Amino acid sequence: MFACIFIPDFPVCAVTRSEPALASRAVAIVDGTPPVANVVAMNEQAHSAGVKLGMPKLTVAEIASVEVRHRSPAAEASAHAALLDLGLVFSPRVEETALDTVVLDLVGLDRLIGPPEEAARRLATRASELGLESNIALAANPDAAVHAARGFPGVTLIPAGEESERLGPLPVEVLAPPPETLDTLRRWGVHTLRALAALPTPELSERLGQLGVALQKSARGATSRPLVPAEATLRFKEAMELEYPVELLEPLAFILGRLLDQLCARLAARSLATNEIRLRLGLENQSSVVSSQLSAEDNGQRSLKLETGSSKLDSSNSSFIIHHSSFSSIRLPVPTRNSKLLLKLLLLNLQSDPPPAPVVKVTLAAEPVKPRVAQGGLFLPLSPDPEQLELTLARIAGVVGKGNVGSPELVDTHRPGAFRMQRFSSKLETGNSKLEIRKSKTEARKSRSDSFNPSFIIHHSSLFFSSPRPLAPSPSSEQSSIVNRQSSIGLALRVFRPPLPAKVEVRDDRPVRVDAFGARGEVVLAAGPWRTSGDWWTDEPWDREEWDIALWSVVCGQLSAAKDNGRRTTDDVLYRIYRDLASGTWFVEGIYD
Amino acid sequence: MKAALIRARVEAALEGRVLSPFADRSQQTIETVPTGVALLDALIGGLPRGGLTEIFGPDSSGRTSLLHAILGSATGREEECALVDASDTFDPWSAPGAGVDLRRLLWVRCVNLEQTLKVTDLLLAGGGFGLVAVDLGNVPPKLGRRVPLASWFRFRRVVEHTPTVLVFLEREPYAKTCATLVLRLEPGFENRNSKFETRNSKLERQSAPTVSHACLLHGLRPKVEVVRSRLPNTLTCVAHGQLSVAEEQLSAVSHQLSVFSHQLSDVADQL
Repeated sequence: MFACIFIPDFPVCAVTRSEPALASRAVAIVDGTPPVANVVAMNEQAHSAGVKLGMPKLTVAEIASVEVRHRSPAAEASAHAALLDLGLVFSPRVEETALDTVVLDLVGLDRLIGPPEEAARRLATRASELGLESNIALAANPDAAVHAARGFPGVTLIPAGEESERLGPLPVEVLAPPPETLDTLRRWGVHTLRALAALPTPELSERLGQLGVALQKSARGATSRPLVPAEATLRFKEAMELEYPVELLEPLAFILGRLLDQLCARLAARSLATNEIRLRLGLENQSSVVSSQLSAEDNGQRSLKLETGSSKLDSSNSSFIIHHSSFSSIRLPVPTRNSKLLLKLLLLNLQSDPPPAPVVKVTLAAEPVKPRVAQGGLFLPLSPDPEQLELTLARIAGVVGKGNVGSPELVDTHRPGAFRMQRFSSKLETGNSKLEIRKSKTEARKSRSDSFNPSFIIHHSSLFFSSPRPLAPSPSSEQSSIVNRQSSIGLALRVFRPPLPAKVEVRDDRPVRVDAFGARGEVVLAAGPWRTSGDWWTDEPWDREEWDIALWSVVCGQLSAAKDNGRRTTDDVLYRIYRDLASGTWFVEGIYD
Repeated sequence: MKAALIRARVEAALEGRVLSPFADRSQQTIETVPTGVALLDALIGGLPRGGLTEIFGPDSSGRTSLLHAILGSATGREEECALVDASDTFDPWSAPGAGVDLRRLLWVRCVNLEQTLKVTDLLLAGGGFGLVAVDLGNVPPKLGRRVPLASWFRFRRVVEHTPTVLVFLEREPYAKTCATLVLRLEPGFENRNSKFETRNSKLERQSAPTVSHACLLHGLRPKVEVVRSRLPNTLTCVAHGQLSVAEEQLSAVSHQLSVFSHQLSDVADQL
């Protein structure tokens, strides 16, 4: 058994699939270079309103009830891809007979999709879900199914052996003969397949040759040919060419929403999800195309990539355009086909990086992956929902900027304070060798810095800072060491970014007074110097002399807090200062807190 | 009899809006999580889930180290944590020393208070974090006091009945009655006299003594004081003699006041 899915008025269906509001209205599709544009397709309502094939666009525009749209190759390609996806849902062997027709091999799938009636019903339901108004026919051979689908509206089921009888009323045009052959048949008075099937085969062969015999065989529904299955590619792409340029984000959101709905419906039909969405916007009068990509790429850091010099002739508007592409990557930590979530992410991305010109074409592509399979547990640690987290991160990135939100990752270098932001994900990959390497490096760095970071312990109602290795052994220090081993944590540093430039008075090679914005006073104690340098082989070498100091007298806050805290206190504040040996400038790096 | 009638009338008036208007919320069980400092946990019973905790104090009072310990404890429980950094002062190299798993830490680097409050709202609305810490340690009190009380009420209401621990690190307490637990940290040194002696000798010699790094940072003893707590375990710890008598009384009064103000604020919210 073979099933054929045929989309009548395919150009119209491709447009109405993108604009569902047009589904109940009269629509005419015109094609051609303006001002010479003629009708190439229309639906039943438009035909009833008086629209004819080949009618000029200006004439059709005078009919008020008819919506005129330009033919959209992108929309037709998307509709065809959806049609192919529909077929592949039911059968692994699907033939792309034409742009508007696919044939499915249902042999041996009875136990999977049910009897032919059930299969036809399910095919019709799925087609409707994908926004495809289709004719479906099931027959014993592919050609009979194709002819029935092209000739009969709705669902047609032709039992084996009844092909000739059931196909008889159809006009000979469904066989798509060459025009001269069709004229010949009309001159003979042959208008239906039944009439063609009734002709004597030898005489038909004498007059029309092998073509006539083949046509008659098709009219009888007796052809037998192997199916040519299409390669099952996983390309999920939806595009829409806009009639008018869109300047605001709100109408663009509606378009994106429709495209995402179609995309997610196709993914759902194939039982797939996506973790990468690519958005491509065609811009008006800018001779450029802006692409933004939501994809799973390295570290989630936005990277700008310009491609110049690649140019081509755009066939749709016959204008010479140059492609400039800018890519922004957002990692979707888990596969999803939630169109609303994807729409919000796209809109947040567009809000932070709006297109520089009105949009005339929108193309969305999704990278298919297997959907997430997760099992909840009662005793799992608390973590945010990955999809909700992604949305929250996108919103936060809109507030503070993309580079200011994420998880800090320590860089394997001796440069003080070096780190980079990586994408935060609630699902940690355990057993990853890369993470293990990073962890070991972190631990190594931590062990190196232990001598600089004293521990932080608590004793009775007071909190202690205590060095893990006091210089002079004493009973109290021994006790502290015991407590330290029980519960010790690192002393924290509050870092000024950027470091505060300071004037430091030095005597006997030691700082005795510091004057900086927010940190001013006499140096009570000073420890140092620790000299470090590195990266001398690069463009950004560093060479510094570090001191840990305790300031007394005026303990100011930092930055703008100076006014509120410019009072004397009885306690010292510990700072880390350093001198850049290359320039000789002193800086306050941070406060031990 | 008269009281019963009044009670019935109040319950009837609040029906549909308040589930149980006369329920004693102070008796409700508040789940706590450890801070990562065992003796502090013994003192306060841990940080309340679904509550707002304020840690305040001046510079070098140990508040950031305590926050790192809290973050380390939370990430050690494999919970996802968020740190909203109002002044971009977080040091990723210090945090692992307190056991913070940076992979489980979402760090949001803000540039002003407005961004910080917005981001905090978004994080709390998104939910799912075991700990949301907001570092206002470098925000001047003059600005911090301008945060409307409605924002603190909103934070408290959003985080209420959730397993999230909300911690604010500040110079002064701003949340007032919205805070479930308020800790004050003060800087101190283990041997203050020797410190002053060192200072005097410094002034005499007009030159700062140079000591080793370990010696400089050795003996710091910041003090922690429970200014306000709605946690029942806090009083229990005080009764065990962790604090002096005066502090115990102060804490008890503070606790009573906090319970009373909490009830008042709840009634105000409900009405």
